[in-house]
Amino acid sequence: MTTKPVIEVDDVFKSFGQTQALAGVSLTAEPGKVLALLGPNGAGKTTLVRILTTLLAPDQGRAAVAGYDTVRRAAAVRAVIGLTGQYAAVDELLTGRENLRMLGQLNHLGRAESRRRADDSLALFGLTDAADQQARTYSGGMRRRLDLAASLIGRPPVLILDEPTTGLDPRTRLDLWAAIEQLVADGTTVLLTTQYLEEADRLAHRIVVIDEGEIIADGTADQLKDQLSGDMIEFRVADPADADIAAAAVAPLAVGKPQIDPDSHRITLPAPEGAATLGAALAYLSDAGIAIADIGIRRPSLDEVFLSLTA
Amino acid sequence: MTTITAPSPAQTTVPRQAAPPAAAPLTDIAVLSKRNLIRIVRTPRLLITSAIPPALFVVLFRYVFGGAIHTPGPNYADYLLPTIMILAMLLGATTAVAFATDLAGGMIDRFRSLPIARPAVLAGRTSADLLRTALVLAVSLGVGTAVGFRFHNGFLLGIAGLGLLLAFGYAMSWEMIWVALKVKDPETAQVAGFLPVVPLVFASSGFVPVLSLPGWLQGFAKVQPVSVTINAVRALTQGGPLFHWLWLSGAWIGGILLVFGTLAVIEYRKA
Repeated sequence: MTTKPVIEVDDVFKSFGQTQALAGVSLTAEPGKVLALLGPNGAGKTTLVRILTTLLAPDQGRAAVAGYDTVRRAAAVRAVIGLTGQYAAVDELLTGRENLRMLGQLNHLGRAESRRRADDSLALFGLTDAADQQARTYSGGMRRRLDLAASLIGRPPVLILDEPTTGLDPRTRLDLWAAIEQLVADGTTVLLTTQYLEEADRLAHRIVVIDEGEIIADGTADQLKDQLSGDMIEFRVADPADADIAAAAVAPLAVGKPQIDPDSHRITLPAPEGAATLGAALAYLSDAGIAIADIGIRRPSLDEVFLSLTA
Repeated sequence: MTTITAPSPAQTTVPRQAAPPAAAPLTDIAVLSKRNLIRIVRTPRLLITSAIPPALFVVLFRYVFGGAIHTPGPNYADYLLPTIMILAMLLGATTAVAFATDLAGGMIDRFRSLPIARPAVLAGRTSADLLRTALVLAVSLGVGTAVGFRFHNGFLLGIAGLGLLLAFGYAMSWEMIWVALKVKDPETAQVAGFLPVVPLVFASSGFVPVLSLPGWLQGFAKVQPVSVTINAVRALTQGGPLFHWLWLSGAWIGGILLVFGTLAVIEYRKA
């Protein structure tokens, strides 16, 4: 069975005055997966989120969520999405419980069900103790959790998160990640925007890199890393004086010249055939009689990929 | 800290068949009004502060200008109070500020992404503010009564006068929503919300008889909404020709509601 994409964006353009926020963006998100929209500030991530959540209409092109056009079937789209925006959009003067009950009722769950779900969500997000305090007394992390709970109260099958962990401490960030992973495990489709490579690497099944309103890369974290140059072999010789000889010994394997770090004397070279290249490198070094302190194969970091893509 | 485990969603497949929930605009308005009322109750300082200027104006005008201004009828308090009460409606431009605050803080985005009738958010705001202005009106009436204002045309017509003031305030709250949507940030909304107040209230029949104004201003002062509403409220609370002013005031209120209600909804869709 082929699965229909839950989110479809087809050649969407959007400008604000002279500023072109989106210049022909197309993407799809598979059901039950996390799609990360990665890009620097001003790349157009929030504009795309606002189009998908029916808050903005595209100038050209179309977007659909769960098969519903975001302009012509906006009401149907709103019924299947949950949105967590860049600001924790909770009412500071209402208590956590009141916030969730209000959102429950606005999702037309009815009074009793709204109460029940509010209590459940408070427990799930660790907010029961603070449930009857006004949200303005909450810490940044508590506010974020309440915000996420609020966008989940209607149990939306599609969750859209705009920079959900910006400004959070590392612990709360990990907690939110765990919550998002749990949701996805239970079948929710998630689109999240982020500026953090680590976040995209950890959560996303697929990463779309966006810069200046255009998609510049699209794939899994591993595919993006392959785009750069594939794996790297990195090793250190026991005697730094041997570094030049070692580099010369493995040179036949490298596409270019092996790089020697002048400070650490670590030698890196691309490994287009991964482990096979590593084996060959070990053999060459052994033939040359060079003792190595350590050797390993590593993926280029997503940071290296991102910097090379947005350079 | 507690570890988060997320609730399981209702659906695990592509939600193509998910039917939009039944529309319930009145429930939505009630839920949103309740939210705004809780906010009003939990910021008592704002409520008290917005009741102070009208009360001050009653005392100031009654005792500072009252001796110098000659008005028809024996009692300046009776003449003055409808003006102060309409000023109370307009000075409490908190509709604009509160709405702009919601816009800036992301609350409106959240509401707009929910499966609710969009104008419900605006109606929830204006109906909660109607209750707030009713409280401010009651305070002005109390202070006015203390300095000599009375209903001279029967209790029921007097109450009808208060109702007309509230209707005017309600119509103007839609204008304030529109202003908030236009200017977007709360500080500007505060100033912009106040803009119509000065010319409308002071170039009117509110404090001095229109005939004492220069000729070029009389034309405006005779027909503008604040003047005709003040005149209608005076007629309702004090007696005198009623239907002319009531008709004009009702037409203005209906017109403001229609025009700014439409503009606010259009602007909200674009926001």
